[in-house]
Amino acid sequence: MELETLYGDYSLDQAFDEMREPSGEVRAPYRALAETLATLPAGELQRRKQSVDLAFLTQGITFTVYGRDEGTERIFPYDLLPRLITAQEWDRIERGLTQRITALNLFLRDVYSDAKILADRIIPRELVYSCKHYRRQMRGLQVPRNVYIAVVGSDLLRLNSGEFVVLEDNLRVPSGVSYMLTNRRVMKRSFPQLFARCGVRPIEHYPQLLLATLRSLAPEGRPEPNIVLLTPGVFNSAYFEHTYLARQMGIDLVEGRDLVTHDNIVYMRTTDGLKRVDVIYRRVDDDFSDPLVFRSDSALGCAGLFNAYRAGNVTVSNAFGTGLADDKAVYAYVPRMIRYYLNEDPILPNVETFLLSEEKDRKHVLANLDKLVVKAVGESGGYGMLIGPHSTALQREEFARQIEANPRNYVAQPTLEFSRAPCLIGDRLEPRHVDLRPYILFGDKINIVPGGLTRVALEKGSLVVNSSQGGGSKDTWVLE
Amino acid sequence: MLSRVADSLYWMSRYLERAENTVRLLDVTMSLMLDTGGSNVETRWQRLVAALGKPAEMDWNGSIEEMAKKLVYDHLSPASVIYCLNGARENARQVREEISTEMWQRLNRLYHQMHLPRAQSQFSANMSDQLSMVIDGIYLFKGTTDTSMIHGQGWQFIRLGRYLERAYATATLLEVYQSELFPAQERESSGYLHLELVGLLRCCTAFEAYCQVYTADLSPERMLEFLVLNREFPHAIHYCVAGTREAIEGIQQAGGRRPPEELKAAIGKLSALLGYTSINEILAGDTAGFLHNIRGQCLHIHELIYRFYVHYSIQSALTV
Repeated sequence: MELETLYGDYSLDQAFDEMREPSGEVRAPYRALAETLATLPAGELQRRKQSVDLAFLTQGITFTVYGRDEGTERIFPYDLLPRLITAQEWDRIERGLTQRITALNLFLRDVYSDAKILADRIIPRELVYSCKHYRRQMRGLQVPRNVYIAVVGSDLLRLNSGEFVVLEDNLRVPSGVSYMLTNRRVMKRSFPQLFARCGVRPIEHYPQLLLATLRSLAPEGRPEPNIVLLTPGVFNSAYFEHTYLARQMGIDLVEGRDLVTHDNIVYMRTTDGLKRVDVIYRRVDDDFSDPLVFRSDSALGCAGLFNAYRAGNVTVSNAFGTGLADDKAVYAYVPRMIRYYLNEDPILPNVETFLLSEEKDRKHVLANLDKLVVKAVGESGGYGMLIGPHSTALQREEFARQIEANPRNYVAQPTLEFSRAPCLIGDRLEPRHVDLRPYILFGDKINIVPGGLTRVALEKGSLVVNSSQGGGSKDTWVLE
Repeated sequence: MLSRVADSLYWMSRYLERAENTVRLLDVTMSLMLDTGGSNVETRWQRLVAALGKPAEMDWNGSIEEMAKKLVYDHLSPASVIYCLNGARENARQVREEISTEMWQRLNRLYHQMHLPRAQSQFSANMSDQLSMVIDGIYLFKGTTDTSMIHGQGWQFIRLGRYLERAYATATLLEVYQSELFPAQERESSGYLHLELVGLLRCCTAFEAYCQVYTADLSPERMLEFLVLNREFPHAIHYCVAGTREAIEGIQQAGGRRPPEELKAAIGKLSALLGYTSINEILAGDTAGFLHNIRGQCLHIHELIYRFYVHYSIQSALTV
């Protein structure tokens, strides 16, 4: 296809473009992709996209939008063009995340045991103890191998300078990894020659790594652990992912109603009677995991699970109470944690964050609400956010009132101009904002499969990449 | 295998078998209505509804097209084909990790074909094509199941659901036919009676199989013998009960517990009844009662399976 037609009005401005230099020239890693696109006949890209759409629909790679008579199923929105990351860039990301996750895990262990970091006044006590994800039940509890966070999906952004920064660490039940794996399968089928030519590092072994990670965390004296994945059930939006991972790992997918506890041992109900469970990969939030200890109105979990966990008879990953360390106010202290526990400088920087509980910061933020992004500390998925430049005066007033009423509940960050990558919109390429979510596994050591999920804000100009709010995804190719 | 998973596989299979049965009965009924000389349209509809176990909300409203559409596409009615297919798919979706990707894709495709807007709007014009599409989809699913899934406990639960549902459906069908049709053989003229009898066989895909065993000489007694007592024909009740028994033995062989005496006895009793009763004994006695009794025994077996594999009490499981 004519390049002019394909690129159309592909606009470049100060935002970092993943594919093109500010001059418009294609960056070196993307040259093979640009050449391939130039050789495709008109309409070919769309034809490939349609064939993938159909495959997704028949394979049931969908999420369900409920609320009508019948659940309406939509396929997961994705973009057909890969996002490329060079070996050098990846090396930095990998080292940076390894460092960061190590420090975060040490922090959780510290806070739930001696709390030295609080005694040394590196992090204010009240910030930790007022966090809604702090679980006092975890105090003094020994977790296997001292690993609290076996599965993490940190969100990275690339700023105008080309540098990657960490936007948030998802330490509770990060999702999306099935889309990473599915995107890869699709891309290999849609662009086989290009894929081979680029030299892309594989990610397909993620399920085996996850299984090995879970196995390494099994309670002592259980050499052949029975590992299960605990799902909230078929109505959960990530249910497809739960079934996918269970199948790929060859483990049972259980719901709370399949589990019973007796004498602090967790069993699952099988056709052969009760079978002991040793490791639970938990995709249910803390709150819903055990009605005896957490929310008593939840039927999704298993009564008695926490006591069995405390007794050391079952491993639950991630541990309870890990949400403390991805509280958006605690986030501001991660660089200080890295220095405190590891005595190193952070490799991946944080985004500048204002804590609204601090008076100086609060004044600054309230005066500049139209320029900043305000986030509720305990929320995720793009909920509870005010994006200053895109907000109305009314919304700003409402947020200002909420901030005054409960300052601990909010943080603010500058509105980030983060990078854009070319996406297929209609029959043209247009730049859209993207982030990057690598998946970090922590068992006997830290493992990160090269790449992760690149999430795309498919709406023009939008900065919101969450799939619950109109975001899509791309395959991410880390080059050899 | 998780009890919940076994439960879902069992019901996935029962729902599909039920959908298949409903489609075939509807297809046969619709083609019988082309010959207007025999029973009238409403009588035939009532017989169809009775053979489906008299579901609610299927009362005759005067338009066969509307009724047929309702029986296929009314997703609120538990008797409809689409309700059964939705139920099968929803059960499959809940055990997505247990069934093969090929099975899931097959079932999912059938589901999407049924939910195309034009499939519903053009149903009356393409009824026959639509119905065979469903049957084809289900056949493909069964074939895919047998070739792509481990023949372990899960597969045995699928077989269990299939045979129990089918035994029950055949018994229900025969109970209706023997009371309405067999006594009529002296009254009806032979051409129409022939069509009705062929229709009954076709409801069980049994016409050609019957001819191979008995030649095309159709007699209600032989048909009853064939559909109840034959050991080799897959829709005959005796065959289905043997299949149920094998499935339960298969579950045990695939690492399951020994089934309790109560369950073994219930199946053994029903097998013996079908294995050692002659057609003359059935005809000499209360034929309808005999068929009704078979249905009751099928329900009893279903309850025992549930009590043993799915809804057992935790106390009983802990003491074992």
